[in-house]
Amino acid sequence: MSSEAHAVEAHAGASVGTNIAIWIGLVAITGLEVFLAYEELQPSVMLSILVVLSVVKAAMIMSFFMHLKYEKLGLVLLLIPATIFCLCMMFIFFFPDAFRLLQMRPH
Amino acid sequence: MHDVKTEAVVDSAWSGGKSPFAIGSKKLGMWLFIVSDTLTFSALLITYSYSRLTNPDWPRPFPINPAIIFSTTMTVVLLASSLTMVMAVMASQRNDRKKTVLWMVATMAGGLLFTGLHLTEWMNMIYKEHFTITSNPEGTPLFGAVFFGITGLHMTHVMIGVIYLGIVAVGYGRGKFSAEDVEVNGLYWHFVDLVWMFVFPLIYLMSVKY
Repeated sequence: MSSEAHAVEAHAGASVGTNIAIWIGLVAITGLEVFLAYEELQPSVMLSILVVLSVVKAAMIMSFFMHLKYEKLGLVLLLIPATIFCLCMMFIFFFPDAFRLLQMRPH
Repeated sequence: MHDVKTEAVVDSAWSGGKSPFAIGSKKLGMWLFIVSDTLTFSALLITYSYSRLTNPDWPRPFPINPAIIFSTTMTVVLLASSLTMVMAVMASQRNDRKKTVLWMVATMAGGLLFTGLHLTEWMNMIYKEHFTITSNPEGTPLFGAVFFGITGLHMTHVMIGVIYLGIVAVGYGRGKFSAEDVEVNGLYWHFVDLVWMFVFPLIYLMSVKY
């Protein structure tokens, strides 16, 4: 099978309309993040909200623009769980200590 | 060139494991690179978040006007370049070489505009606000290393992406590269966009000057 034929067969991704809708969604979430910057939230609360919104944006980009949603499940299982596991390991060392130090710092 | 036996292995997902994920080796290689680069940026951003939360004198050098409006514009430019890359990949799937190259040039323009805006911001911070890698007038000196380190590494990715786009666009236009090469190029570009979706809120929006 040539690479051209492979590429054509492999492409069963989102339509132009869906991709534009995803793009508008990404811009809207960015707008929401900037709006939150106007509200003077506690840094820990702000950080938590921004990380969640960024993960949502990342999932949208990977699923549609990088069309992971349309790939074989095996590829998703190869890439995503191991990455999440590594990130969890980093967070295990980060969060408990960061919040402990946050309580100790002068206000 | 494949003989019948090789074709049988390629068509079968697990018998021999020639192509178990039903994608080419270039695409699989790019995905594995993206995973490793994700961990690089994650380590940097998590370390930054730790420093940001635990340093009471963390500088807040970004007023809404003009710094946040400026960086939001950069974000929209990068997002727009991702959409043009999607259009380039779709055009390449239809074997429309002319439109593919045009959309890729538009993506390069977005990347160059982003880099230009970013360098303008850096020059402003260095020469007008006196922020360097090791010092700044507003708080902990760690800010400079974090800001220039993370945004610098991202900007390097953008510049490499623009060069990569240029090479693939020329090669695809001349018929040397396939639609798969454009798609793999697209994966890299979307990843650069994806990283900025974390850098922008965590670095800029967490350091707004009220």
